[in-house]
Amino acid sequence: MVGALALTLAACAPANESTGDATGDETTDGGMSLSGELSGGGASTQEVAMEAWRATFQSENPDATVNYDPIGSGGGRENFTSGAFPFAGSDAALDDDEMAAAEAICGEGSVLEYPAYISPIAVAFNLEGVDELNLSPETIAKVFKGDITKWNDKAIAADNEGVDLPDTDITVVHRSDDSGTTENFTSYLNTVVPDVWDFEVEGVWPVEGQESAQGTSGVVNAAEAGDGTITYADASQVAGLGTIAVGVGDDFVPYSAEAAAAVVEQSPRVEGTADTVFVYDLQRDLAGTYPIVLVSYQMACATYEDEATAALVKGFLGHVMSEEGQQEASDQAGSAPISSALIGEIAPEIEAITAG
Amino acid sequence: MTITDSPPSGEAPPGPRGRVVRRRASGDTERGFSRIFRWIATGAGALILAVLAAVALFLIARGWPAITATPAELADSVPRYPDDTSLVAYVGPLVFGTLLAAVLALLLATPVGMGIALFISHYAPRRLAQGLGYLVDLLAAIPSVIYGLWGFLVLAPVLKPVWFWLGENASWFPLFAGKVSATGKSIATVAVVLAVMVLPIITAVSREVFLQTPKLHEEAALALGATRWEMVRTAVLPFGRSGVISAAMLGLGRALGETMAVLMILSPGFTYSLHLLEAGNHQTIAAYIANDFPEASGLAVNTLIATGLALFVITLAVNMLARWIVARRKEFSGAN
Repeated sequence: MVGALALTLAACAPANESTGDATGDETTDGGMSLSGELSGGGASTQEVAMEAWRATFQSENPDATVNYDPIGSGGGRENFTSGAFPFAGSDAALDDDEMAAAEAICGEGSVLEYPAYISPIAVAFNLEGVDELNLSPETIAKVFKGDITKWNDKAIAADNEGVDLPDTDITVVHRSDDSGTTENFTSYLNTVVPDVWDFEVEGVWPVEGQESAQGTSGVVNAAEAGDGTITYADASQVAGLGTIAVGVGDDFVPYSAEAAAAVVEQSPRVEGTADTVFVYDLQRDLAGTYPIVLVSYQMACATYEDEATAALVKGFLGHVMSEEGQQEASDQAGSAPISSALIGEIAPEIEAITAG
Repeated sequence: MTITDSPPSGEAPPGPRGRVVRRRASGDTERGFSRIFRWIATGAGALILAVLAAVALFLIARGWPAITATPAELADSVPRYPDDTSLVAYVGPLVFGTLLAAVLALLLATPVGMGIALFISHYAPRRLAQGLGYLVDLLAAIPSVIYGLWGFLVLAPVLKPVWFWLGENASWFPLFAGKVSATGKSIATVAVVLAVMVLPIITAVSREVFLQTPKLHEEAALALGATRWEMVRTAVLPFGRSGVISAAMLGLGRALGETMAVLMILSPGFTYSLHLLEAGNHQTIAAYIANDFPEASGLAVNTLIATGLALFVITLAVNMLARWIVARRKEFSGAN
């Protein structure tokens, strides 16, 4: 609370009295080395990627420190709109009220919001003799709900002509702990086939009496241990298992980082917002895109009262929204890198962050 | 340990208080450091009570908001909480799962533990017995997270065919009915791992008790023409009975509270099912707390602590029961 107050005050104070007392020193080769401390926070989804981004940023700017407090999306938006966090991460975009509050802090039309982290979820299975399967969203929902119980069910066979499906029982393995992956996956099912997946979207798996395990490695190991198992997990963690090509429109799209990033690129941007607000109305049925993704946003101001904070935010978020930054997140956290085209649109807006 | 608590009442020396009073009257033994040491020892004794009281107090104080909350409030703030369920009905399946896993583990481990103890005390050559005893003690030193990893990566796949065989051929037996888990992550596997974990405790205590069987009893039995098995049955086992019971209860205490191994192996679920081979039916209190605590906040934390209180009460009850059994049989055994 004290910190929140201090930073709110700082945002209104002249540059030389700020808490984030950063200075941009011109180095001899013309580059900038930043110093000072920048503290943001929000969605825990971005935590692992943040570690990577912070590490690189801090090694390039040895005098600068960036902190990210993974207090959750709601907390991130709350602290951003109150001015406590100069930047924040959130799995959901700011709503109208929050945007109004944020504009009160940043200034009219100068809130910057963009997708920074795309986390794809793979539907993975272990079935002897089968490496790849096509499943429509409706079939996926029915399988995970327990309505379809055999691998050679008609609904599965219809999508997989020519595949020799065994008469094995389907064993669903879900996360036993309260997890963001479960929430994202059930949110996808709930959005696409609400009449089949009629559960509330929560971090706790809603269907009872199924197999489960703790953590991503737990479900992957459990799926590997059984025959006829199916599970969902971060796409980067399912190497040993077969993966489902998910039905999108009339096609089936296997998971790839590019196809996952394409969802954001091809979804329409939400209209009626400032030029600096890149919020997308995620479409789950765009041909050739992989639809089971979580998009996590970052938010910052386009202008800061104080020069030091502006320089740090610009430097750090500029690194996040660069090809290298996105590749780092992909290596460390298994995310799908944001497409170059999108980076090309967003990066100039970050570059334009100013003080005053 | 429970078995070495106090000497048989018949020839017990006067209690400490009586002795202190008498000697202080004579005024020569309670002086200098002896006096300070008396306070150190008393303090150590009091400390254990204070710790126990502090834990109980913590559980009651922090669990109280959940105990007094209405089912609607609980359903709102605890992610897994079903609507219209009282806290007792919610914790009930967890208590059931905890007791089921622990009792099964005990049923598996006690006969094996006694067998190992008898082998070490009465059958094995002296040198082998020493080595074997050492190995059994070593089993107790393995951290439970290692048992968990082993159980779920190695033992579950090995046991899976056994469970499938039982499911196919013995499903008339209620415990083996139902759909056999395809991954082996069932309470049957948990019970086997827990049994391995409590084995060292049961073996170590039983071995000590069996070794204390009076040589004269054994020789008398042999002199009457008993075989070695008859000697064990008539002399060693009756003598060691209360010791074995308290060994089993100590093991039960460990099995009740075991967390990591259960957490890593079991597919949890919240029912009163007796189908041991099915997944997604059982959960133990300790594993439930460990699984849900990381994402819990507010009343959900209180609920977890309230279930912890239930575990505390069960463990206390089990230990008191064990004490009572041992005390009741003490006069017959002479093991102490």
